[in-house]
Amino acid sequence: MIRVLKPGLLTTVQDLGRPGYQRFGVVVGGALDAFAARVANLIVGNDDNAAVLELAQTGPELRFDREALIAWNGGDFGATFGGQPLPRDRAVRVAAGEIVNFGVARSGLRAWVAIAGGIDVPLVMGSRTTYRRAGLGGHQGRPLIGGDELKSFAPGERAGALLAALNAMGKRATAWTVRPETLGKPAPVGVVRAVRGPEWDWFGEDAQRDFFSADWQTTKEADRMGVRLQGPGLALVKPREMISAAVNTGVVQVPPSGHPIVLLPSRQSVGGYPRIAAVAGVDIGRFTQLRPGEKVRFEKIPLPVAQELWLARERDLNRVQLGLARVTG
Amino acid sequence: MQITPLGDSALIIELGDAINESTHLRVQAAWRALTAEPMPGVSEAVPAYTTVTLFYDPAQLVRAGAPADDLVSWLSERVRERLKNPPKSAKTKPRTVEVPVVYGGDFGPDLARVAAQAKLSPEDVVKRHAKVEYRVHLIGFAPGFPYLGGLPKELITPRHAKPRMAVPAGSVGIGGEQTGIYPQVTPGGWNLIGCTPLRLFRPEDDPPVLLQAGDIVKFRPVTSEEFEKLKESK
Repeated sequence: MIRVLKPGLLTTVQDLGRPGYQRFGVVVGGALDAFAARVANLIVGNDDNAAVLELAQTGPELRFDREALIAWNGGDFGATFGGQPLPRDRAVRVAAGEIVNFGVARSGLRAWVAIAGGIDVPLVMGSRTTYRRAGLGGHQGRPLIGGDELKSFAPGERAGALLAALNAMGKRATAWTVRPETLGKPAPVGVVRAVRGPEWDWFGEDAQRDFFSADWQTTKEADRMGVRLQGPGLALVKPREMISAAVNTGVVQVPPSGHPIVLLPSRQSVGGYPRIAAVAGVDIGRFTQLRPGEKVRFEKIPLPVAQELWLARERDLNRVQLGLARVTG
Repeated sequence: MQITPLGDSALIIELGDAINESTHLRVQAAWRALTAEPMPGVSEAVPAYTTVTLFYDPAQLVRAGAPADDLVSWLSERVRERLKNPPKSAKTKPRTVEVPVVYGGDFGPDLARVAAQAKLSPEDVVKRHAKVEYRVHLIGFAPGFPYLGGLPKELITPRHAKPRMAVPAGSVGIGGEQTGIYPQVTPGGWNLIGCTPLRLFRPEDDPPVLLQAGDIVKFRPVTSEEFEKLKESK
């Protein structure tokens, strides 16, 4: 049992989302950085779709009733356990009765915590992701509150071997790390790569140039559905109405105000604003770490390049997975 | 038919450029053809007014044999083939779903507003709204929310400039030339003319919705007593 002593600002149970129901208006959702969640799961020997905790800005304080193997990654939260720093990006043994405090994000905005076995909440429409608007999935369909008790499934063999190795060596954490943001070919700091959107040609030359050259600033109008950006207004060549259609995570839509919105995994299933661009799948994670008011630039890349980046990152992850199978402590 | 990428993991198949019955039928036929048998690497096909959007995983497409440097052409080719030779699927007749509605009063606070702009009595608005058959063009905005086509022209009423913060669940609304039903309490700017006791989103069921794209909807005016009797508990 894991007791929630303090809930943090917005701590939710997430997996890789609830695909397959968008045609019923059900959002996909899932971890805002699905790749980071997969890596955290991989580190503790879980399936990559196991349910994890997602933290935003201020993390929770948790007490583990039993010994557990956990891994966390994402932004720079000042996480501690038993008063000592809780190392990031590696498997850590938490002792029975120990308190883990995730603190406040000093840089970045979000983090993911995998617990060996995965968090035990019911599958709803094939997923354990919290669907807050509909009040279902995750832990009772809502973010965690103080006093909640979370269960986890029994850890797998791999987690057992890691725990045994750590105990034998008298260590709390593995020496090795897996850092999701270093796999594949990361973009330079402050840059998010993007491809042209389906309505690219609807926008004037100024808008097309500005989108890929301006310093954009994220605003406080931001949640798990999307983030509004501040910068030069983006105008269409001529006013034009779009017929609502499906959208995707990373899609940059531009409402009549001219201020773009980057859609995130809990986006609605359909949208009706022209889409000037789409953030490359590999850079969604970086985008979701931007704090309100932070600056970002979009670098234009061709679609095949975006897909090659995706494939390269998957190849790296496969390699890491094979390598990890041979090491323990 | 045009096929356009939507970012690096989705593809839009355009089957028309206006909202109408024939486009709707083409979208439904294409959706059936694309989902009757799974397509390797494709996780989901989402129909809308004029489009079907396919969501895919680039790594899975490569595993299915796509060339790494040209996933889009490879998948587009498969889509075209599939639409040319659709797998045999039971072409289902559209379902007709009757939706009981209490019109006016607290159940439909904007009935008078719709009547005033249509220069009709509230009773006539109800008669006309409940007389026709509507087509569910798509489900979106919120889980189970149907966008219905077929609203009589005289009932077209502009949305509220300022949306309500909380529209009651079951509310039947008119937004411009569209009509629809709010499954949950949500903010909303449409004119509310009535309310149904039926639950439109049913997460415990498969499918988790009362109405699906392609269905035909008929509204049946009921009294508030009948509303209470028909009201479904969650």
